[in-house]
Amino acid sequence: MWKGCVNCMVKIAVIGDNESIKGFAAVGLEIFPCERDEDAPALLKRVVDAGYGVLYITEHYATVLSKEIEKLNRQFSPSVVPIPGVSGNTGIGRQQLKAAVEKAVGSDIIFHS
Amino acid sequence: MAVLNVNPTRMELTRLKKQLNTALRGHKLLKDKRDELMRQFLDTVREVKVMREETEKKINLVHTHFLLASSVMSKETLDAALMFPKQEVFLETGKKNIMSVDIPTYDYKTRTGEQSDIYAYGFASTSFELDDAVGGLAELLPQLLILAEKEKAVKLMADEIEKTRRRVNALEHVLIPRYQDTIHFIAGKLEENERSSRARLMKVKDMMIEEQITYKRNHPDAV
Repeated sequence: MWKGCVNCMVKIAVIGDNESIKGFAAVGLEIFPCERDEDAPALLKRVVDAGYGVLYITEHYATVLSKEIEKLNRQFSPSVVPIPGVSGNTGIGRQQLKAAVEKAVGSDIIFHS
Repeated sequence: MAVLNVNPTRMELTRLKKQLNTALRGHKLLKDKRDELMRQFLDTVREVKVMREETEKKINLVHTHFLLASSVMSKETLDAALMFPKQEVFLETGKKNIMSVDIPTYDYKTRTGEQSDIYAYGFASTSFELDDAVGGLAELLPQLLILAEKEKAVKLMADEIEKTRRRVNALEHVLIPRYQDTIHFIAGKLEENERSSRARLMKVKDMMIEEQITYKRNHPDAV
């Protein structure tokens, strides 16, 4: 594991349904297709243990894995970023930011809607 | 009044005064830390909000291009075109320290430096929609990485702000009043002791004088 070292080379993983993420393979990110919701937690664990520095997760799976992601968000690494999939935008990325603001400030003063 | 369970001695008083001083200084420092963290946090969040909206829009656009490409091309050709990427991205991670919060920084390196050298397929068998999609995604990549960095910063800072706020509140509303009350209590107790011992001394003195007077009265010829 690279944890603890100052400058390290790490890779970027993309998790989601095949349809949404296959494009990311073309630009050099590593894709981990996931077709069933039940497989998602195991897949996430595998990816995290492999030491990827940044994880992009499609919003559908970000919703499924919200508990695990919540845990990862407290750690220094990896960064987990929800991205919209082909099925559209569910707004969970926004929700996570909203939650962070609420946690820090006490009430949401940025996103209020 | 919440008084700590201590012996009301002078030594305890000095010790508590020292602790109160430390607590006050810590409270001030933590308050400053909280304020500065909050300022930076709000700045970052505002930035991230705009960035996320923009990025989501762009990703959706890329998805549209892919959808169009897959409608023009057969699934097999599309998969084959994307299966063997030329490009590979490495992240160099560093650490940045904002008000004692460690925040990762990402610096990315690609295997092929050339922007136009990312297409891993021949242009003959693929549609231009696919070029648009892959090109758009490659352009989007730096922005996605900045987003990852900033969002992580936001989440880590939110955690730290919450912790610091709790510490500040605990010091302000629990620890410091408790110390102050205890110091007040000990000071009062010590004063009380002093008064009572003085009263006792005066009483003893009176008794001694009285004794001398009676002695002198009974033995008028004594020196």
